[in-house]
Amino acid sequence: MSGFALPLVRFSVSQHRTIIGHCYSELPNEACGLLLGPAVGGDDLHDGEPTGAIADVVTTRNEAASARLYAIHGQDYGTARKAARESGNRIVGCFHSHTHTDAYPSPTDVEAAIHNPNWLYAIVSLRAETPMLHVFRMQSGNIAECQVVLEAR
Amino acid sequence: MTVEIRLPTLLRVHASGSATVSAESGTVGTAFAEMTDLHPGLSGQLVDSSGTLHRFVNVYVNDDDIRYLESLDTPTADGDVVSILPAVAGG
Ligand SMILES: [Zn+2]
Repeated sequence: MSGFALPLVRFSVSQHRTIIGHCYSELPNEACGLLLGPAVGGDDLHDGEPTGAIADVVTTRNEAASARLYAIHGQDYGTARKAARESGNRIVGCFHSHTHTDAYPSPTDVEAAIHNPNWLYAIVSLRAETPMLHVFRMQSGNIAECQVVLEAR
Repeated sequence: MTVEIRLPTLLRVHASGSATVSAESGTVGTAFAEMTDLHPGLSGQLVDSSGTLHRFVNVYVNDDDIRYLESLDTPTADGDVVSILPAVAGG
């Protein structure tokens, strides 16, 4: 598939802290949330291609309430879409935690990504003492990692 | 008195490629029934044989998830947008 761009993903320090904090606060379960930001070519039916800028991080409830699975709460998703639209952004990705495995997409993650091939998929591993956050794109079963920077904004 | 139903990419193949379908306002269920009459391939894609919404789809009236309203009995009004989105899940 063409358009497998790997933008530089730019979180603020506080957005990064929000993600990691939410992942710890949901233990022993997996945590999840959404990434909002600008996208190229997005409209009401397509989220478009992320530029890599992250305007907002939205923590959401995990409907699956599981240590092995996540399902972003449907109403939290609707509310985030509305917030994105009202701020001129799009949903550009999501994040979730792996409580006991590495920050790398599971087969389930790769399969699920078929529904939102434009998204950035941030995965936080809590396996080690230090949390690890990595961001991937997944299209047609292929996985590629994006570089991440934290900005002091 | 119509609503606009917005389909996710993966369901458009069952709707002759349409991204949106218009239906009479009423409830989400009546709109889906009207859409499925028009595009029989959508039958079974949204609702199972017992009439329950599939777990892997979220349906919104405007921005409200119908699972937390009255599910398929959620009323719709003229101009409402009914969005179908794949549930965001993984492991
Ligand atoms: Zn995962």
